[in-house]
Amino acid sequence: MARRSTRGEARHASPFSVWLMRHAQTFLASLGRLSNAPFATLLTSAVIGVALALPMGMYVILNGVNHLADDWEVSAGITVFLKKGVEERRATELAASLRSRPGIVDVTLISADAALEEFRRHSGLRDALDILEENPLPTVIVLEPLVTAGGDAVESLVDELRFMPEAETVQLDLIWLKRFRALTQIAHRATMVLIILFALAVILITGNTIRLEIRNRSAEIEVIKTVGGTDAFIRRPFLYNGLIYGLLGGLIAWLLIGLALHSLAGAVDHLAMLYDSEIRMPAMGVGDVLTLLGGSTFLGLVGSWMVVGRHIRAIEPT
Amino acid sequence: MIHFDKVSKRFPGGQEGLSDISFFVDHGEMVFVTGHSGAGKSTLLRIVGLLEYCSKGDVRVGGYDLSAITRIQVPYYRRKVGMIFQDHRLLHDRTVFDNVAMPLVVSGAHHSDIGKRTRAALDKVGLLSKERFPPGVLSAGEQQRVGIARAIVARPPLLLADEPTGNLDPALSLEIMHLFEEFNRVGVTLLIASHDRDLIRTMNKRVISLNEGRMLADSAASRGTPEEVNDGAS
Repeated sequence: MARRSTRGEARHASPFSVWLMRHAQTFLASLGRLSNAPFATLLTSAVIGVALALPMGMYVILNGVNHLADDWEVSAGITVFLKKGVEERRATELAASLRSRPGIVDVTLISADAALEEFRRHSGLRDALDILEENPLPTVIVLEPLVTAGGDAVESLVDELRFMPEAETVQLDLIWLKRFRALTQIAHRATMVLIILFALAVILITGNTIRLEIRNRSAEIEVIKTVGGTDAFIRRPFLYNGLIYGLLGGLIAWLLIGLALHSLAGAVDHLAMLYDSEIRMPAMGVGDVLTLLGGSTFLGLVGSWMVVGRHIRAIEPT
Repeated sequence: MIHFDKVSKRFPGGQEGLSDISFFVDHGEMVFVTGHSGAGKSTLLRIVGLLEYCSKGDVRVGGYDLSAITRIQVPYYRRKVGMIFQDHRLLHDRTVFDNVAMPLVVSGAHHSDIGKRTRAALDKVGLLSKERFPPGVLSAGEQQRVGIARAIVARPPLLLADEPTGNLDPALSLEIMHLFEEFNRVGVTLLIASHDRDLIRTMNKRVISLNEGRMLADSAASRGTPEEVNDGAS
């Protein structure tokens, strides 16, 4: 018959809770040891923090810029070039009917004459244009679709405009946006490469710090081995140290990114004013923060894991 | 308890630490290992404590074949052997209590057990009142007693002491030896390396004499007086 735990036996700790307790004790002991040398601990954590803040900050800002581009995508203007034979009266009618449609914020009619006049003024080709017998420019209607309409609505509007008999070509002003997207994509790639490189740096920094700690505590390790401490027992506090360095480094990186974004806030507000739009300040979401802290903790653990085994094995009681 | 059969130890440098050593120590014996420095006393003790593997021969301790114990198993073996060193090997960044408690902590003893047994061990060596002190402020004799408390706290059946009185004056040395005798009376087997012939003579116990890594004499085999054996070793 299986032994059932009676009330009396339940008072004894289960192996799991003993294990958990031992880990909690080691964690607290590591924390205590590190807080005994606050300057050294802070220094190591700060190095990790700076190493993480750089790529992570770039990532956050880049994400903000991408959100901005999403807004611009739907607010991009539509330019309708009318056929040459379309009379000005008909063009005005068209503009008026478009203006009354939902989903369109603004309609601007630029007559061929007005366009030529403006071109004359700005291009510096006044004399050359005078030679022309007739106006080469078409009449143009510029539409500004509603921002909230969304990309699909804009696309279908463009398709509809293309079917108008008066329309020669319809252009969605997306080319610059596509170029911009391509640029941010490169920046994104570069950030990813940076994240990998700096993650590697964090692993190496933690590993080296732990290696020195092991060397400084070799006398203690010798004694523990003499009295029968296993490698796992000796390893544990060093692993926790690496984990704590990583976590503190992540917190410092979070702080640094916060400060950097705060210092950008004024400039972003100014930009928002210029564009007369609601540009949102890039910020770290809960997911970003958790990724940063979890990632940095993990990297610290990996860094110490990489050195503890070999260096602890090398120390034997003499 | 301890069985050496044609044991040799050659160090990586090539020099011979022990050659062809055979002896047997029974449960509950108290045995001195003597000889000049470099005779192999420490090496012999280190092999018994598994701080070192022998190069040749068989070593059996308390039912263990030491050459069959793997790296992973070594810590569990060492928990069954208490070791005492001439230089105490205490950690000066923690209290006397924490030093003595260490063998219990590494073996995962229960928290309340650690307190009880550590204080019992400190009481036995007469240092209960100094548990909160760092070992650095204690005298040499007291520090050695802290080292002894640490060796006995987990109640191992075998104690190894390498020149435990090397730094102590004769009166303190004798005090330590009487402490060892007390442990021996409750059944602990002791193997004590010492070059202090006067002290060994006073104790009147079995003596194994080494010279340049070889067995010179074993008073258990000849049943001669310890004096004769000691003179032979000189």
